[in-house]
Amino acid sequence: MTTATKPPATAAEMTGAEVILKALADQGVEVVFGYPGGAVLPIYDAMFKSNYVRHILVRHEQAAVHAAEGYARSTGKVGVVLVTSGPGATNAVTGLTDALMDSVPVVCLTGQVATHLIGNDAFQEADTTGITRPCTKHNYLVKDSGALAKTIHEAFHVAKSGRPGPVVIDLPKDIQLAKAPYVGPEDVEHKTYRPRRTPDPQAIEQAVEMIAKAKRPLFYCGGGVVNSGPKASELLTQFVRMTGYPVTLTLMGLGSVPASDPLFLGMVGMHGMYESNMAMHDCDLMINIGARFDDRVTGKLTEFAPHSKKIHFDIDPSSINKNVRVDLPVVGDAGEVLAALIAQWKKKKAKPDGAALAKWWDQIKKWQARDCLRYKASKTLIKPQYALERLYALTKDLDPYITTEVGQHQMWAAQFFKFEQPMHWMTSGGLGTMGYGLPAAIGAQIAHPDRLCIDVAGEASILMNIQEMSTAVQYRLPVKVFILNNQWMGMVRQWQELIHGGRYSESYTEALPDFVKLADAFGGVGFRITKPSDVDGVIKEMIKVKKPVIVDCAVDQKENCFPMIPSGAAHNDMLLGPEDQAAKPTSDEGLALV
Amino acid sequence: MADKIETHTLSVLVDNEPGVLARVIGLFSGRGYNIESLVVAEVDAARHLSRITLVTSGTPMVIEQIKAQLDRLVPVHTVRDLTIEGAHVARELALIKVVGSGEKRVESLRIADIFRARAVDSTIESFVFEMTGAPEKIDAFVNLMRPLGLVDVSRTGVVAITRGAKGI
Ligand SMILES: Cc1ncc(C[n+]2csc(CCOP(=O)(O)OP(=O)(O)O)c2C)c(N)n1
Ligand SMILES: [Mg+2]
Repeated sequence: MTTATKPPATAAEMTGAEVILKALADQGVEVVFGYPGGAVLPIYDAMFKSNYVRHILVRHEQAAVHAAEGYARSTGKVGVVLVTSGPGATNAVTGLTDALMDSVPVVCLTGQVATHLIGNDAFQEADTTGITRPCTKHNYLVKDSGALAKTIHEAFHVAKSGRPGPVVIDLPKDIQLAKAPYVGPEDVEHKTYRPRRTPDPQAIEQAVEMIAKAKRPLFYCGGGVVNSGPKASELLTQFVRMTGYPVTLTLMGLGSVPASDPLFLGMVGMHGMYESNMAMHDCDLMINIGARFDDRVTGKLTEFAPHSKKIHFDIDPSSINKNVRVDLPVVGDAGEVLAALIAQWKKKKAKPDGAALAKWWDQIKKWQARDCLRYKASKTLIKPQYALERLYALTKDLDPYITTEVGQHQMWAAQFFKFEQPMHWMTSGGLGTMGYGLPAAIGAQIAHPDRLCIDVAGEASILMNIQEMSTAVQYRLPVKVFILNNQWMGMVRQWQELIHGGRYSESYTEALPDFVKLADAFGGVGFRITKPSDVDGVIKEMIKVKKPVIVDCAVDQKENCFPMIPSGAAHNDMLLGPEDQAAKPTSDEGLALV
Repeated sequence: MADKIETHTLSVLVDNEPGVLARVIGLFSGRGYNIESLVVAEVDAARHLSRITLVTSGTPMVIEQIKAQLDRLVPVHTVRDLTIEGAHVARELALIKVVGSGEKRVESLRIADIFRARAVDSTIESFVFEMTGAPEKIDAFVNLMRPLGLVDVSRTGVVAITRGAKGI
């Protein structure tokens, strides 16, 4: 993909900027998403003179981080970002927080004013390490060129090991200019940072015993499985099939078990499947692998899975016993955990309780029969669910990479796209960042130039990083933005309808651009769909166009996203459709929740 | 669910690098944990190690969280919960200024003697007492000084170490 020439093996007299680029090359970095400015000019100059890495010029630093996230999540590699000091760094903060919440490995290089100016309110100075301390896994300020190469290698180690996350390296301009020694990645080992990966064998024995004995078991798995690498997803699927137990996945975990597998119940959580949430409520054993009992999953904590024992496998000890107290906590990497569980299950010749399991599945089938995703079809209005059903049906054989913005369209995408493999689904789960989808799709497209990359968008969210169309055009990236245009901040409107008496305060967008012309203005291609009968035709057109595309799909403005666990409610208290809405008003307690 | 609030003394060994204290304090303020006292100083100059001794309170689940969150910080080497691990010595140093004359002045000196507090500064009308001890002992002394002309108290917060031959 890149034509990177190897940097010189012995580099006696390199500048800091050259050391930085060589360190990136030695870390196997092929692409950097960035935006120049005064405090990183030496790095850009060194880049001009070499071709160690490919630089993708974004149009806003937030987008650089999201693009790096899309790249990282669709490849399993570390995403790399390069931005200038001050406003460059502060613009990156939302992206860094997003990467922290969703455990995405990102290394972000920020320029800084020269060391002797730090603390003087110099031009474009910001306390970057101070600002980013709470929104990174770790950060560094390099004040000594002797430590430069080592720091970069260490940053990559920290970003990708254990629970992955973003790492910032703040680089004063004088450090970039000064001569600096080089050390390779093989010579760097962190003094102490060695997260535990291998689970305690005794805990595995105990877990297998509990799993074999369960009468109403449920696997509840999340992003930790995806982050562990494709092998973990294979092992999860294998283990689930060995047991014959039902499995549900979080928003972040979609794809780690093939959606077509009959043991997969669908997504869990606030807009998850009825059967998943009911199974979670009624199970007697919850086997959590790499999920974190997020409030979007648990609903009302005091009524969360009240009859269950819980096993929690997680690589991050601080995720265990945080919201929900579990019966068997096990620290370890999802892949290693699953390999150990499978080995122990075979060794013990464990067998599930067939009769109990059959009864459990009977119950689950009844819940499934409710067909919770059904919606009222229309001949005249495009239902957003219909548009996504068609988008999925017409693209699934192309194994697309799907990203989303944030809102109703995001939840519908999670419900209606069926992922057969991990790392094909990228959405902002933890932070819920509007504006994530387009740059993330750009990152995924850079990594997979010949594949179909679609951003399922809302008309409000897309405007938050719409400038990235320009990036897509510059690099001839055929990303597809599929806007479910309801003219509303649909998710906000839905909450106002459900919780705030239909007082639609500031959630309607009075003025929207003509997205078709906008696509055209950027140098891409725009389509508009206004009739259900046109949906298929335009989607097929869109796939054919080898340029950035915006599809403006005008959907039913009043549609709400169901099923829904209203905030503050328990799993067995879901709203299945508009009929339930009036019958189950939100509690006062729920009103205060986000 | 109404778990009891417990007070724990944690001993945290960290790399003595810029920002490490800000990381620890930011963790506590960002996640809403309590700090009752926090003491930090370098303990091994050659290896650039500092020890942070901190006293915190919360439900057992919160205390467990605090330890896991601290341990997750990259420059943190070890987190030890001295309260759980058993016998340990906890000491605090305090400087206590008392102003007065006559009977009150004599009384303050007498009590200081009982508590093994030393006068490290004195004028005709004031004393500064220095004392070390368990925090409760210092509390008791400070309370006794209150009616005798207590003006200022400066305390270090607790430092602690395990009893016996084994290191932390
Ligand atoms: C940066 C940011 N600001 C505000 C919000 C709060 N928010 C969540 S969804 C939403 C509306 C999204 O509207 P749109 O993109 O049109 O999607 P829809 O819900 O209509 O599908 C808003 C404002 C957010 N998630 N992110
Ligand atoms: Mg909308």
